[in-house]
Amino acid sequence: MSLDLKPKPLTTPPADRGRDVRSSGARWRRTVALKGASFTVPFFAGFVLFTVVPVIMALSKSLYTAKSSGLGFGAKTVSFSGFENFDRALHDVKFWGSLWRVALFAIVVIPLIQATSLTLALLLDSVRRRVAGKLRIAMLVPYMSPGIVATLIWIYLYSPAVGPLTPFFELFGIDANFYSSRLIWVSVGNLMAWGSIGFNMLIVYGALQAVPRDIFDSARVDGASEWRIAWSIKVPYVRRSLVLVSVLGIIGTLQIFSEPLLFRSMTPETVTKDFTPIMTIYNQAFAVGDFNYAAALSIVLALVVGLISAVFYKLTNKAPA
Amino acid sequence: MTTITARRHRHDDDLPAGHHPSKLSRTLVWTGLVLFLIYSIAPVWFLIVSATKDQRDLYTTNGLWFADFHLLDNTRDLFTYHDGIFLRWMANTLLYGVAGTVGMTVICVACGYALAMYRFRGRGILMGCIIGSFLIPGALLTIPSFLLYSRLHIVDTPWAIIVPHFFSAFSVYLAKVYAEGAVPPELLEAARVDGAGEYRAFFTIGARLMTTGSATIFLLGFVGSWNSFFGPLVFLRGEQKWTIMLGLYSWLNIKVDQSVDLTGLVIVGAIVSLIPIVALMLSMQRFWRSGITLGSLK
Repeated sequence: MSLDLKPKPLTTPPADRGRDVRSSGARWRRTVALKGASFTVPFFAGFVLFTVVPVIMALSKSLYTAKSSGLGFGAKTVSFSGFENFDRALHDVKFWGSLWRVALFAIVVIPLIQATSLTLALLLDSVRRRVAGKLRIAMLVPYMSPGIVATLIWIYLYSPAVGPLTPFFELFGIDANFYSSRLIWVSVGNLMAWGSIGFNMLIVYGALQAVPRDIFDSARVDGASEWRIAWSIKVPYVRRSLVLVSVLGIIGTLQIFSEPLLFRSMTPETVTKDFTPIMTIYNQAFAVGDFNYAAALSIVLALVVGLISAVFYKLTNKAPA
Repeated sequence: MTTITARRHRHDDDLPAGHHPSKLSRTLVWTGLVLFLIYSIAPVWFLIVSATKDQRDLYTTNGLWFADFHLLDNTRDLFTYHDGIFLRWMANTLLYGVAGTVGMTVICVACGYALAMYRFRGRGILMGCIIGSFLIPGALLTIPSFLLYSRLHIVDTPWAIIVPHFFSAFSVYLAKVYAEGAVPPELLEAARVDGAGEYRAFFTIGARLMTTGSATIFLLGFVGSWNSFFGPLVFLRGEQKWTIMLGLYSWLNIKVDQSVDLTGLVIVGAIVSLIPIVALMLSMQRFWRSGITLGSLK
């Protein structure tokens, strides 16, 4: 893509300036626009180097394959292989298994997180604003904790040795092993919910505050209950924000990496090295050492993430909010 | 007079007019809020309580209440273990965060300002690049970035963390939205009439009017840098260059690999890493809150 920084004369007529000679005025305006454009040069130079170039590199790398010559001791020879890597990616059972795993997880956990965030925002909206302000800060503490710290906290809470959760469930006669393959997604889902509900609630609550208040008054005059107002007025108003946080959630969930990686430290049998798509890519690149294949997998994942987000956006954002 | 004040007290001015919730719905609302409050706070409470226990009490006493108080011993252990490597990690995290975010703020605020205040050719394409790049999953970039940084010989140096952080499309977007609201074009026009050049107008007027927006961008960027994990994991090798998050991860692994139990250190370390960032965010609440609402709702 070309970064065309050539100036264009301002279309608006110049403000009343002392010496308004036509030709010099046009030249002057062009200089202004050029100087304005120069402010963007550092960013776009870096953007090209650190975003555009890597994307192009990913595309080109994915078309090559490195093969060891001889018995694997010789130097690697890199040869053009066309779409061979993509063909391999499309038939990679482990990769698609990991993708399916996180997709299924997203389908379950994102609606739950959104429903909770919405409920919470509605609850907060129905108490006095000053109280709501204080509660909101406390509820944002999880969002303020770095993802790694949040994961560590829950890893220890789940731990049968250190955490209070296993003994708590034992009181009811439930043997809850949060690291087991049956519960691991519940464990990760709860951890993600804990970290993200506060943030989502904040955005939805912000949208709620923007609803003109007199609509509620007229609804009340018409005899609508608070529940009815919440469901029929407030929810439709915050739909756009809900869709936005959901898309962000989908993009984030399909790329989940650090949470399962930390869980892997505790329970390597349950959380395999290719448990999620990013873990598969990371493993291919840095354990196997096949950067070409990892690049192809990255592209496939990017396409899938983009496609799912677009479809979701299209399906849910039809009606004007 | 007294009746009026009493009334105003009862009907707090921020409660919506005509709002008469029933007792049942009030109870339900508060039950929900309190339950969620406990859910949000209790895990952090557990972390704080655990940090005050010694290794034995950690495994034998109730996780949600205090046993013998060993916080000071634990903190000393944290900062002396392995020749004080944790302090080193803290310094690294701070250095990468400050250096990367200061550069990012300058570059991105200037760019956002230009996109908001000037009409030049190619501006639409540039905006398209910025919005489009939001959709590129971070994961797509990591592998090719690694190859690129190897070629640039910056893998395993702080530059691999600091320099790429400079170029944040989201920050440019925030800066543009903020500049549109904060910098009146008439003011720039007036500055031009008075003979100020574009650069001077930016530094004396634009940048100053955008102070709040820049603070927001800095804060969000710094928090992002402090919390980042994948980048440092891929680009940094030697433990002398690690960040806190990488260090904690490595300690978690040691527990599994060997018989040394660093659980206590990980817990205290997690709290220590949390303190500066939570303190910063609480004291600068209005900045990052306005930042995420600006970014998401406009």
